[in-house]
Amino acid sequence: MNDTRPNPIRAVLQKPWLWAYLAAGLTFAATSLIAGSGAGSLFYAALTFASFSAIVGIGQMLVITLGPGNIDLSIPATMTLAATLALKFMDTQTALILPGLLVAIGVGIGCGVVNFLLILLLRIPPIIATLSASFLYQSLAIWSNRGLRIKPPEPLADFATGGALGIPNVAVVGIALAICAWLLLERAIAGRWISAIGQNLRAARLSGVPVNAVRFGIYVNSAICAALTGFLLASFSGGANLNMGTEYMLMSIAVVVIGGSSIGGGNSNVPGIWGAALFMFLIVSMLNSYGLGAGIRLILTGLVIVGVVTLASRKGYDA
Amino acid sequence: MSFGPVHALRAASLTISAGECIGLVGHNGAGKSTLANVINGRLTQTQGAVRYRDGVGELRNSQNAQNAGVRSVFQELSLCPNLTVLENLRIPYRTMPRKGWRRAARQKMIDALDLVFPGHGIRPGATVGNLTIAERQMVEIAIAFADRDREPSLVILDEPTSSLDAAIARQLLDHIKRFCAAGGAVLFISHMMGEIFEVSTRIIIMKDGRIVDDQHASAFTRSSIVDAMGHVAPDDDSADTDQTARTLGAEVVRSPNGLNARAGEIVGLAGLAGHGQAEALAQLYFDHAPKWKSTSEPDVVFVAGDRARDGVMPLWSILQNLSLTTLPEFSRKVMVDRGREAGLVQSWQDRIGIRTDNLLNPILSLSGGNQQKVLFARALASSAPIVVMDDPMRGVDVGTKKEVYQMIRDEAATGRSFLWYSTETDEILECDRVFVFRAGHIAAELTGDEITEENILHASFEMQEAAH
Repeated sequence: MNDTRPNPIRAVLQKPWLWAYLAAGLTFAATSLIAGSGAGSLFYAALTFASFSAIVGIGQMLVITLGPGNIDLSIPATMTLAATLALKFMDTQTALILPGLLVAIGVGIGCGVVNFLLILLLRIPPIIATLSASFLYQSLAIWSNRGLRIKPPEPLADFATGGALGIPNVAVVGIALAICAWLLLERAIAGRWISAIGQNLRAARLSGVPVNAVRFGIYVNSAICAALTGFLLASFSGGANLNMGTEYMLMSIAVVVIGGSSIGGGNSNVPGIWGAALFMFLIVSMLNSYGLGAGIRLILTGLVIVGVVTLASRKGYDA
Repeated sequence: MSFGPVHALRAASLTISAGECIGLVGHNGAGKSTLANVINGRLTQTQGAVRYRDGVGELRNSQNAQNAGVRSVFQELSLCPNLTVLENLRIPYRTMPRKGWRRAARQKMIDALDLVFPGHGIRPGATVGNLTIAERQMVEIAIAFADRDREPSLVILDEPTSSLDAAIARQLLDHIKRFCAAGGAVLFISHMMGEIFEVSTRIIIMKDGRIVDDQHASAFTRSSIVDAMGHVAPDDDSADTDQTARTLGAEVVRSPNGLNARAGEIVGLAGLAGHGQAEALAQLYFDHAPKWKSTSEPDVVFVAGDRARDGVMPLWSILQNLSLTTLPEFSRKVMVDRGREAGLVQSWQDRIGIRTDNLLNPILSLSGGNQQKVLFARALASSAPIVVMDDPMRGVDVGTKKEVYQMIRDEAATGRSFLWYSTETDEILECDRVFVFRAGHIAAELTGDEITEENILHASFEMQEAAH
């Protein structure tokens, strides 16, 4: 966006994603200090878990970019439903991995279409539409799952937990998706349209932006991201369970905000998603390695998030 | 006064005394609004000083200005759209007694509106967001002149009539004269020469952030002002022959309410402000622009008049704002063709004269008139055969207006149709055919020689007279 660079150092300092990476780096250093030897494995774990947050975060970020009131609260339920149905379909058979992935993505598309139809046809605010739809998805998942833990096929589990050259496979997927999102937002026509809608829906419409098509695409994309995350997470953790998505409700929004995207819409920040996702994992592992109890850990996590958001948003307004 | 690298105001020294009405003119970006904002204390000068009648040195300019009774009506309407009219009066009226303030504010608001705009028909309990842009402007003007905790001593009006129709503007000009006769002072910023000459006792001309002329109004003529502003008005005769030489094609658009246009035709929408012209245009646009797909050959493009509501993307640069509509036209594929984008925007900067040294600057760094030029270029750059314009010249200076009129005539000669709503008679007279709106419907259709100010006014008021 800001191509006038009188001073490259200053330009970097003004990037809103800087704070997310700074915070991630500090927590990484602090955790490594106490843990001593395990810096490499900590980094590996951080990349793995951050991938899941980053993928749902990318979907959520595009939704939030559409402007005030746009949010997808059905992410956890979509993750659960997609993972449950896909794993049930594959039934631990290696040959069905690829069709299983397509089932997950299909579930994502279905959930996204339902979300947007509720928003468009019934004119329900997105926050209510996605939240109420998520009860539907969660119920479907419960009905289909019946409390069983279905295992993923062996090669798929190996892929999700494995890695190459010190980079986990899931992180490769996450980074590839982030690059796609960046290209979309910064270089593609659709990216301009998304940002225009987020700044002023009526003006975007009057400027010839196909607003419904863009909003439809973004809600479906968010659901696909959630479905893919559910698929990978279930494969990684050895099976789908009914509350696997719960923490990703807050997580998907937190990585968007900490990453430096404007919560008011119109302005999004892809690099920040990864910084924030790493930070969100590292802060928990740091407090863990300092041996703090669960209660204290949650309080400190909350306080640190507030602190980073305050710093990041102040910087954003100055620039 | 500087905004970062932009010097909006370089040398301006000015004294305003009681009973004076000062007309302030200048091209877009000359520093008129900045000067007004320095006087009312909303901006703090980077150098120099502002002194008020009973100003105390300790206070900030804005407080001094408030104590001295300086009131402002801004070009960008500044009412709270989610509050009612009377609540908007309450905001600047800080010392209003808390008990029963709604009734007091209602009465004050009625008095204020009746004082300036008799027969206005605005309910004090109406939500501002539901009012038309003209009614909002009337409310804002009435609040500025209202008798609040302190009486107004200097009222700054920054292009107050740009969204008002002729009859309402008349009421305002009459009130300004009464107000000045009673010892008040007015700083009147306008691009309409007729109004400037009518109310001003003194005229100040600004150019590139400096006051270049400051004399008694009788020392100026229209042409001497235009010359001093630094624009040469094109010869009017040549323009007229141009207009008649055009041949019109087949009808290209017709809306259910009877609005229609032929290829190459400039169709005007006239009538009192807020009688459904803007809504008719927006509806016509929405009916012809797909919501679900985008095309590299759009049927219709839109030029917004209400910039903040309908046009400007506030987070973006000038470049991104200008290219928004034409993105699918010049880049064919999924990705933005950034080379062509830069070329297109550069060529439009040259054509329409957007005053900036860097097109990557934020759109909001431009003055109102220059933002309007960007919105104009956004639409005209498209190949769409129909151009819908919703009072697009608000805040554009005289010289640029003439250039844009010429541009519109040239485009029409190539077969493009224009549907043009305007509150200014000059612009309506540029049209081939005019629909006069009244109460949301077309009251009259005028062509050729029938298009005169008298006929338009007559058609605008006909029904109201018959009803009495």
